Amino acid sequence: MSIQTSKIKLSAVEKHFTSARGERQVAVSPLDLEIQSGEFVCLVGPSGCGKTTLINLMAGFEQPSAGSVTIDGRPVSGPDPDHIMIFQDYGLYPWRTVLGNVLFGLQAKGIPAGEARDRALATLELVGLRHAIDKHPHELSGGMKQRVAIARALAVEPSVLFMDEPFAALDAFTRYHLQDELLRLWQETRPTVVFVTHDLDEAIALGQRIVLMAPNPGRIQRVLEVSLPHPRERTRDDFAFFRRELFTEFHLVHQMALQEAEYSI
Amino acid sequence: MSITKSAHNRVLPGFGLTLGYTIFYLSVIVLIPLSALFFKTATLSWGDFVATVISPRVIASFRLTFGAAIAAAVANAVFGTLVAWVLVRYRFPGKKLADALVDLPFALPTAVAGITLATVYSSNGWLGKYLEPLGIKVAFTPLGITVAMVFIGLPFVVRTVQPVLEELEPELEEAAACLGANRWQTIRRVLLPSITPAVITGFALAFARGVGEYGSIIFIAGNMPMKSEITPLLIITKLEQYDYAGATAIASVMLVISFVMLLVINILQKWSRRYAA
Repeated sequence: MSIQTSKIKLSAVEKHFTSARGERQVAVSPLDLEIQSGEFVCLVGPSGCGKTTLINLMAGFEQPSAGSVTIDGRPVSGPDPDHIMIFQDYGLYPWRTVLGNVLFGLQAKGIPAGEARDRALATLELVGLRHAIDKHPHELSGGMKQRVAIARALAVEPSVLFMDEPFAALDAFTRYHLQDELLRLWQETRPTVVFVTHDLDEAIALGQRIVLMAPNPGRIQRVLEVSLPHPRERTRDDFAFFRRELFTEFHLVHQMALQEAEYSI
Repeated sequence: MSITKSAHNRVLPGFGLTLGYTIFYLSVIVLIPLSALFFKTATLSWGDFVATVISPRVIASFRLTFGAAIAAAVANAVFGTLVAWVLVRYRFPGKKLADALVDLPFALPTAVAGITLATVYSSNGWLGKYLEPLGIKVAFTPLGITVAMVFIGLPFVVRTVQPVLEELEPELEEAAACLGANRWQTIRRVLLPSITPAVITGFALAFARGVGEYGSIIFIAGNMPMKSEITPLLIITKLEQYDYAGATAIASVMLVISFVMLLVINILQKWSRRYAA
């Protein structure tokens, strides 16, 4: 294995907003984080811990108030087809077919029609939707829609996938299935994945590292290395060990958040 | 059969009551007056009816009214969408005021609008005196009629497109940005398809309003037969000559044309919404 260099590097990153009443609210207090190339990292934490702000900073939707965010050593200045965000609400274009949606990014890049079609079909094959290419999003189930969104992202061959609670709107069975699918795709195409979730089991099933965040102000509470090989058997003892570890920590964070909320009232 | 079935499957009762009320209300307010129109028209013989509605003056007024209404609705569809975009997407001082101004054409008495427009666009008016040397005459020409129709139709487009823009999921544009679409591609391939149904609705409303408009137009139109005489004015003229059947004949033709055009627009709109969830 070659020497690992940081793919994504956050140095002293800070983000605050000014509320309508002019109060300064700290969404993310200064934090450092390094993510290696090809790594699968999960960000977990209670609401208000800044995990969504953090992923938006990395994806270039927001700019840090202080500090720097770099991908491959270059500061992130905006959205870029090399690092694609996948949303909870899919963000599919309802007037385009499944194939049309996957073609979107390839057309934007100006790839010739024939080649674009071949690449789109290959990616749809990869996510198991080859049979549904002529359907429109409203004809698909939530799980299928998210698979289209993933195919659309993979078609432009990004080196980083940002996923903001992508499976939160799906039922448990579909969620398990898509988690396994995502792991398979990750192992086949090996992008760097940053995955935001509030589901601790999901984080343990997927992440090589789990970044547990805490609110008020948004910060990193603990980083947990999950040394289990993929795919992970959710009922095994070692899975339960990490589960217990994370739940204990999470309970602590949650208690703190509640207490601080009470004090602030 | 299907009616009773759907009535029994609903959680809330009252299908019969609401349908009955709807039919009664529509009959009293819309259907009875409209059928009276056609009954009055029917007092004319077929020959007289045809002679009335294809007389050159009437045909000229149809062409002017529908032509100007379509031109005005197109202008409103473009500029009303821009106004809605600015009001939704940007913050600027006086935005609330600008937002309120959009509704003014709804509230202003049409005669006031007509007199104001005629004054401003006449050859020595505020705007007219700068347009006149350029060879553009607005007041007392078909162009003036279009201007008046644009004025009264603007709120329809703005108010139908505005909520759609407000509700637009930010993910659609963010996904486009991620996938490498530039601004122009995002506008053409993401925004326009999203708002097209609303723009068509606004277009239809502005068009219908333009066709039916009377008050603001007669002041700016000049009302020269064959040149700048709109159909509603021609109907009034017939009424003043006690030619009630002639007036209703023109009115029923206008009604049928309007109805067919709105029907086509509605079908178009339904088609443009075919993929909505």
